[in-house]
Amino acid sequence: MIFERRLLARDRGAGVLEKLWQIPWSFVILLCGVAAIGYVALLSAGGGNPDTYAQKHAIRFGFGLVLMLCLALVDIRIIARFAWLGYLGALVLLVLVLLHGNVGKGAQRWIDIGPVQLQPSELMKIMLVLALASWFHRASWERMGNPLFLIPPAIAVLVPVLLILRQPNLGTALITGMIGAAVFWAAGMRWWKFAAAAGLAALAAPIAYDRLHDYQRARITTFLDPESDPLGAGYNIIQSKIALGSGGLWGKGFLQGTQGHLNFLPEKQTDFIFTMIAEEFGLVGAMTTLALLMLTVAFCFFVAFRCRHQFGRLLAIGLGTNYFLYVFVNVAMVTGSIPVGGVPLPLISHGGSAMLTVMLGFGLLLSAYVHRDAEMGPMRD
Amino acid sequence: MIWRPWAKSGLLGRERTVRKEEERRRGIFTRRAAALGLVQFGAFAFLGSRLYRLQIEEGARYATLAEENRVSARLFAPPRGRILDRNGKVVAGNRLNWRALLVAEQAVDVGATLETFSKIVPLADHEKARIERDIRRSRRFVPVVIREFLTWEEMARIEVNAPDLPGISVDMGTTRIYPETEHLAHVVGYVAAPAESDVGDDPLLQLPGIRVGRAGIERHHDRILRGRAGTVQVEVNAVGRVIRELDRREGIPGQDVQISVDAELQKAIRGKIQEGTTAVLLDARNGEVLAMATKPAFDPNIFNSGVSAAQWRQWTAARSTPLINKATNGLYAPGSTIKMVVGLAALEARVCRPGDIVHCPGHFDFGDTRFHCHNRNGHGGMNLRSAIVASCDVYFYEMARRMGIDRIAAMANRFGLGVDLEIELPGTRRGVMPTRGWRLAQGRPWSIGDTIVHGIGQGFYQLTPLSLAVMTARLATGRAVQPHLTRAIGGRPVRGSRPEDWPSLGIPEADLRLVREAMWAVVNGGGTASASRLPAQYGQMSGKTGTTQVRRVSREQRERGFNVNALPREWRPHAMFVAYAPHDNPLFALSVVVEHGTSGSGAAAPLARDILIEAFQRLRPAPGARVAEATR
Repeated sequence: MIFERRLLARDRGAGVLEKLWQIPWSFVILLCGVAAIGYVALLSAGGGNPDTYAQKHAIRFGFGLVLMLCLALVDIRIIARFAWLGYLGALVLLVLVLLHGNVGKGAQRWIDIGPVQLQPSELMKIMLVLALASWFHRASWERMGNPLFLIPPAIAVLVPVLLILRQPNLGTALITGMIGAAVFWAAGMRWWKFAAAAGLAALAAPIAYDRLHDYQRARITTFLDPESDPLGAGYNIIQSKIALGSGGLWGKGFLQGTQGHLNFLPEKQTDFIFTMIAEEFGLVGAMTTLALLMLTVAFCFFVAFRCRHQFGRLLAIGLGTNYFLYVFVNVAMVTGSIPVGGVPLPLISHGGSAMLTVMLGFGLLLSAYVHRDAEMGPMRD
Repeated sequence: MIWRPWAKSGLLGRERTVRKEEERRRGIFTRRAAALGLVQFGAFAFLGSRLYRLQIEEGARYATLAEENRVSARLFAPPRGRILDRNGKVVAGNRLNWRALLVAEQAVDVGATLETFSKIVPLADHEKARIERDIRRSRRFVPVVIREFLTWEEMARIEVNAPDLPGISVDMGTTRIYPETEHLAHVVGYVAAPAESDVGDDPLLQLPGIRVGRAGIERHHDRILRGRAGTVQVEVNAVGRVIRELDRREGIPGQDVQISVDAELQKAIRGKIQEGTTAVLLDARNGEVLAMATKPAFDPNIFNSGVSAAQWRQWTAARSTPLINKATNGLYAPGSTIKMVVGLAALEARVCRPGDIVHCPGHFDFGDTRFHCHNRNGHGGMNLRSAIVASCDVYFYEMARRMGIDRIAAMANRFGLGVDLEIELPGTRRGVMPTRGWRLAQGRPWSIGDTIVHGIGQGFYQLTPLSLAVMTARLATGRAVQPHLTRAIGGRPVRGSRPEDWPSLGIPEADLRLVREAMWAVVNGGGTASASRLPAQYGQMSGKTGTTQVRRVSREQRERGFNVNALPREWRPHAMFVAYAPHDNPLFALSVVVEHGTSGSGAAAPLARDILIEAFQRLRPAPGARVAEATR
């Protein structure tokens, strides 16, 4: 313990300027690029009027950027120390949202905190990664083999997943579970245990399906056959595919997307923003966007490989997977590859909650990168 | 100091172990993270391939779908052509009609929308029933008319409440208006909403509020009047609201049809006649119908907005059959008005010569049956001319007996009796000119007694007043003029307005002159219609009276001293008169049928004279040949 404190004290001495120097500015520029795509797309969604969506988006991003850079300067060990506190806070919020949350689209997801609306489930994903990383970061390979050691983090995953399911928000619950699984996997959980847990989850799926709300089942059935109800639940998927497909190689041009501007495309400023981009800027625009998003995820992996402490590695993998799942679920959804599930495309979609939590996550990621060589204490058996 | 190599080596060993463990953990992490990264990269690759498939491989298909989404072709109805009378007066026109439409597809809840609507503009129960029926019958994106003929105030109220009325829109259409109301109803006809069976061949008929001609000229010239639908390609948004117009193809507007009837003359004639009377006035030279009046009639405007059940019951139950055009669908025996035709048939059949005398003792005996002449005392010796002038029955009994029914029928057919006259009034009956074969087809034998009765226009005849007028025109001109109503379509005259357009009947001029002289004498030479001479300034009218029994007069009645005026009205004979004028240069030909008028000379002939005076006054010196310009 003494050894640990001494190091902490020494590192605290590292100058802010030095830390700023350590921040990977190319990544910050990459994020700005993604947000710029979002700005253009929202400008189009607003019919060319920046006041509708785009301006708010830019302001939110700027705020998120400051938050991210501030977090990047916070010592990773302090973050690690308060990881469980953050987790518990998010858990309290999740319970609060169930008790007092605002009902949006038939589910309790939002909670008002002052002027902003917060979606605790989004925050929970970050906090879960933090908590798991702090649980696993000193665990040796032998310790990972001990089933008793895996039970508390498993509970830490299951509790928020069940709470989110209660909202009900199937998509986010699944994503949260997957993020947890990714961290478990990267931490070195024995692969056969991992496979057994996955199998158990698969067995539980039919039971879960039974307990699903009608609208959730409708999403799954319309996904399997969108033409079955072209004017009902399948309408969104069909119109989204039409918009995407009609974009072609080069797209219809800025503000020229007929599907979006004639309102055939539902929620074009939020969940279907990618469709808007693909319609107006074609395969070229869509692929460029996808490539930038992939680079963002890749950077998380880069950070994971560069970290000398397991905490940072697991944090980076967890956060990278979080962002990856946002992107994948959203794009797969709008291309009609998986059921529609209300997942935004962070940094591009209109909406503050996802943007803020994602930037929060990237702040933690940058902190892990800046403090990649920090001593985090020895491994324990 | 004690050398404790184990200690140091132990420490070193532990450090080494820790470092080794750390390396091992890091190695595992790297492999697992790499696997995870690979999975995620694969997922991105999947998304990329998905995009490629949607945007490049299936791009063309989706582009078409997007275009179909965006572009909506809509039909719009061209204005329906008007119907003008011979002087260019509009007898069927269009007027603006503001109406409320409902597109079921755009209404969230049709029932609720209608409920809200009826709070703004009250809807009667039968209207609601019709709307619900229309909504059921038409496709969900086809607008259904909720209410027509909105006032300004109603329109304003609807517009103000538009947000509460999803799917409802107000649009300007046109509606048919018949300024002459019932006076020209049977000629012009009427329009009504198309029946389900009408829709299909013409997309135009799917439009809300469209009307098709259901009777008369409206029906006959429906295609011409209707025109062809224009199309407009509009860009629509997801809820079907029109954003802008992309392309417009004007339809072909309906053409105006000018008919030969003189509306004012028609009205004047209808002012003179009573219920059950029919008068048909033709231009003798070319068969143009100048007036076709019958009473009672109906107001065609009522059909436009929908006929109520009560109104319909009233019309169909009435004995006077207001919906039926008696000029073309009323069937009568011609009575003595057939006698010229019988005479001409006899001459052609060479069963008599013009001068041959037949003695009339007041009755004609055949076998043990006695056929009476209307003059019980007998006319004495009669030739063809005097038999027509005095309307001697015995002479024609004898002629009929001599030549047989079929030769009479053949001649009658040449004069337009019992044949299809092809007038532009759908549903016109051709009537029946009886023949031996016709009777046999009914499974009854033809007796010579039948032939004899048919010689004076009684028996199985079923002839329309129109065909009697045509007969008269053909007698006057010797040409096979056909009755027709159309003078011009879209301002271009149609064929048939000149006498030369009609072929000769092929009857010797001498024979025709003989019967014409006889007809002249009927009116001007002391004949049966002497009381109905025209005033001198109009020239002279030639005509023939007729009286047709509706019931057989029994011998008992006849012996008791038969007085028709003592009969109930519906048992009294019909009065007929056919005439043309002026005698020396025929312009007009007409037939008058007065149901239960008792006597042709007493009821029909004076009316014919009055009609002709009216015609001369309005159309002198001759019915105008001018074709009215189509002015809009």
